[in-house]
Amino acid sequence: MSEGEMARLMEEVEEKKKLIGTIRNKPWRMKRRLVQLREAQQFVDKFEGALGKGKGRKWYAYKVMMTKKWIKFQRDFENFRTACIPWERKIKEVESHFGSSVASYFIFLRWMYGMNLVLFGFTFGLVVIPEVLMGLPYGSIPRKTVPRAEQPTAQDYSVLMDFNGYCKYSVLFYGYYNNQRTIGVLKFRLPLSYLMVGIGTFGYSLMVVIRTMAKNADVGGGDGGEGEFTFAWKMFTSWDYLIGNSETADNKFASITTSFKESIVDEQENQKDENIHLRRFLRVLANFLITCSLGGSGYLIYFVVKRSQDFASRDDLSWYEKNELELIMSLLGLVCPPLFETIAELEDYHPRIALKWQLGRIFALFLGNLYTFLFALFDEVNTKLEEEQAIQNASIWAMKEYYANYTRLLNDSESTPPPMDPSDVIRGPCWETAVGIEFVKLTVSDIQVTYLTILIGDFARAVIVRFLNYCWCWDLEAGFPSYGEFDISGNVLGLVFNQGMIWMGAFYAPGLVGINVLRLLSSMYYQCWAVMATNVPHERVFKASKSNNFYMGLLLLILFLSLLPVVYTIMTLPPSFDCGPFSGKVKMFDVIMETIDLDLPAFMGTLFSYAANPGLIIPAVLLMVLAIYYLNSVSEAYKNSNLELKKKMQMARDEEKNRRNNMDSTNQVMKDLEDLMPNQSLAPPAPPPEPEKTPEPETKPVKTKPGKGVNLQKDVALASPNPGAQRPVSRPPGPRGQGPGAGPGRGRGRGVPPR
Amino acid sequence: MGTTASQLGKDLLSEYQELTFLTKQEILLAHKRFTELLSKEEKDLPNTRVSMERILSLPELKSNPFRERICHVFSTSAHQDGSLTFEDFLDLLSAFSDSATLEIKSHYAFRIFDFDDDGTLDCGDLEKLVNCLTGETDDTRLGPEEMRQLINNILEESDIDKDGTVNLSEFQHVISRSPDFVSSFKIVL
Repeated sequence: MSEGEMARLMEEVEEKKKLIGTIRNKPWRMKRRLVQLREAQQFVDKFEGALGKGKGRKWYAYKVMMTKKWIKFQRDFENFRTACIPWERKIKEVESHFGSSVASYFIFLRWMYGMNLVLFGFTFGLVVIPEVLMGLPYGSIPRKTVPRAEQPTAQDYSVLMDFNGYCKYSVLFYGYYNNQRTIGVLKFRLPLSYLMVGIGTFGYSLMVVIRTMAKNADVGGGDGGEGEFTFAWKMFTSWDYLIGNSETADNKFASITTSFKESIVDEQENQKDENIHLRRFLRVLANFLITCSLGGSGYLIYFVVKRSQDFASRDDLSWYEKNELELIMSLLGLVCPPLFETIAELEDYHPRIALKWQLGRIFALFLGNLYTFLFALFDEVNTKLEEEQAIQNASIWAMKEYYANYTRLLNDSESTPPPMDPSDVIRGPCWETAVGIEFVKLTVSDIQVTYLTILIGDFARAVIVRFLNYCWCWDLEAGFPSYGEFDISGNVLGLVFNQGMIWMGAFYAPGLVGINVLRLLSSMYYQCWAVMATNVPHERVFKASKSNNFYMGLLLLILFLSLLPVVYTIMTLPPSFDCGPFSGKVKMFDVIMETIDLDLPAFMGTLFSYAANPGLIIPAVLLMVLAIYYLNSVSEAYKNSNLELKKKMQMARDEEKNRRNNMDSTNQVMKDLEDLMPNQSLAPPAPPPEPEKTPEPETKPVKTKPGKGVNLQKDVALASPNPGAQRPVSRPPGPRGQGPGAGPGRGRGRGVPPR
Repeated sequence: MGTTASQLGKDLLSEYQELTFLTKQEILLAHKRFTELLSKEEKDLPNTRVSMERILSLPELKSNPFRERICHVFSTSAHQDGSLTFEDFLDLLSAFSDSATLEIKSHYAFRIFDFDDDGTLDCGDLEKLVNCLTGETDDTRLGPEEMRQLINNILEESDIDKDGTVNLSEFQHVISRSPDFVSSFKIVL
């Protein structure tokens, strides 16, 4: 076989392979596809062997076999991966009853569960397990032992519930970990691993969130423009094909009808600017009230944190006083959103805009609360740091005393005294563990409040409505209170903020991620049950359509905001002197310096010191700023050229339409001329029938109009010819004045009012 | 070239995986649900057709206002009666699956909405479409004036060449901008 022939054959084989790869994208019938597939596969099999002749035949055959095996492996892996996704059935059931918007919450929950599972794997595998297996056991050193004063009560249930006692001196919290540089036979560097896992948690979460956002943005379709195709979309995309339940379907019908009627009415009537001053005043009033309540809640939290610091010094606290802080924070999160909603009635916005305002306000509420809580916590930390100095001196003094006593008692100044019993050593306040405990308590109380709310707000309500209905004056099911609807945005926001707290607290309490995994798991089952048993489908379903990316954006924001406190503490605050993996160091990140000095070869150290030079970092930052600016201007240029192209297409379309109209007149002129001529040689050819079979999907349709006495070049138009276009020929010719630019068609396409 | 008995051959299974957007489990599940619809004698025949009524008894299609159109579009029956073989059923599930492309979905959506099968969506098609979406009862339907207004608005938005009908490319142009279409045009067994 000659070279040319081989090359051609290879090309054909490649083409067939491509066909096999994309055959599922073609909208053919299965029979046709099967036939094509088998043909193509036969062809490939037959000639692939032939191509392998000559030099490199064995290598070619090997390559082909490996490609086949790789494709098969990929497909099996995909199948396996889809099979591993949990809870598909459950979510599908919810989807068929409530539509896809409620189900999107559960999909989000499942995604969170996956992310937390990975974080848990990191923390557990790289920090907790090494310390448990290779580190010193409980009771051997002071930081791992319950102090003697607390030992009698260390096993009490109430103490454990507060995460004191044995809980406090366990792997759950920062203070348990030892600061030995390497532990065990494997010389595992625990402090380094602790720091790296802490930072890696944020890095991994960031990567995952951004990757999901990019994927969503891809599918969502970028710059559709808010009101461009309102009616067409309502018609073609409003039905949710996953609905499999007749009650939900009826609801959906009703809501579609309502939305049609509403948009027709909206389109017809103009903005009734009745009393714009009153409306403005009401809106300002509403915003003022809401700002006041936000400020009030912030102050309340600050006040309660201060009080809890006073409580810390007392011992006779009731259950309420011990948990006051967490209770108040959770209650605020419960009470304020409905309050905002009631105040927002004053504002009289369109429901979608009102929803955006509501979400923004709830977000501000949660954020304000969280940060006030953090600031109050920092005050506490600073107080503890001051205490530490005094305690350090005191413990050294006590140690000296102990040795002095020992030698005195034994009259033997030669032998070294045994170390003091661990439970007797005076302990520092260990602020990191205290912070960790606060976060864990907050998370636990948040869980309890959420579950209680579902139980009372949804379940009890449903039970009451169902059973009291038999003996009540008005119809409980149709009027007040009726069954609850599933509050999607509230639940999603709760989930997002919960994750923010986990990110903040995970550095100080490695066990927190494990608690969160358990919480998400139980949430899934509990909320699925609650939704199916006690909720009814929404009456008004309007989609906040790009909402998926909106919630991801919130998550990203929270991630950054939770990164800040942790990084701040790592960089500036000194670690406690006697607890945790960084004890004894001046700053926490000194571990890295130590590792570079001691573990890595010498040149790496000099390399890092060069890299950390400000003279190198500042130009790097400048470069990044320039890159951002450049990319920004490039994207602006693309947007502009996009607009230009759209305008061009519009012009081409309008020209097409005008030409078609013009053709009547041109045709008429030709007809007159032709009548004058003797042999009718100027007769235009009869308009060729343009039959239309099932139209093929074309992504870039190019239309060539047959010349009807007017010389048309190949025009780019978005519409393929269709039978309806034959009408102009039978109509009387349009007015002559229809040049390009005057036709009504010109303004039409651009005249859709933005909604 | 069809299903034999109640077991799907391995070769056929891998070919179906190649040709559709479904995974192996989804194809096997589809096969199971399809054979449940067959009566005992029919189970042994290859390439059986299942009548439209039986297909419409599936819970996923029962509440869908477009169920009959869907059956018609995917049916390869010579009698135009909406009956489906197993391969037609797989075609249906593949077009409605999660991983199907926008082009496939919009192509089939267009054919489903084209009630008179003439290749374009004219006023009659749009009117039938609206009536399907607003339910069966009279109090949810739109009045004739509202209907006219609605259809005018839709044509104004989507009819680019102003010929009074929406053809496939115009339809695809409108649909490709919609952020909800792909996620709502989904049926999962």
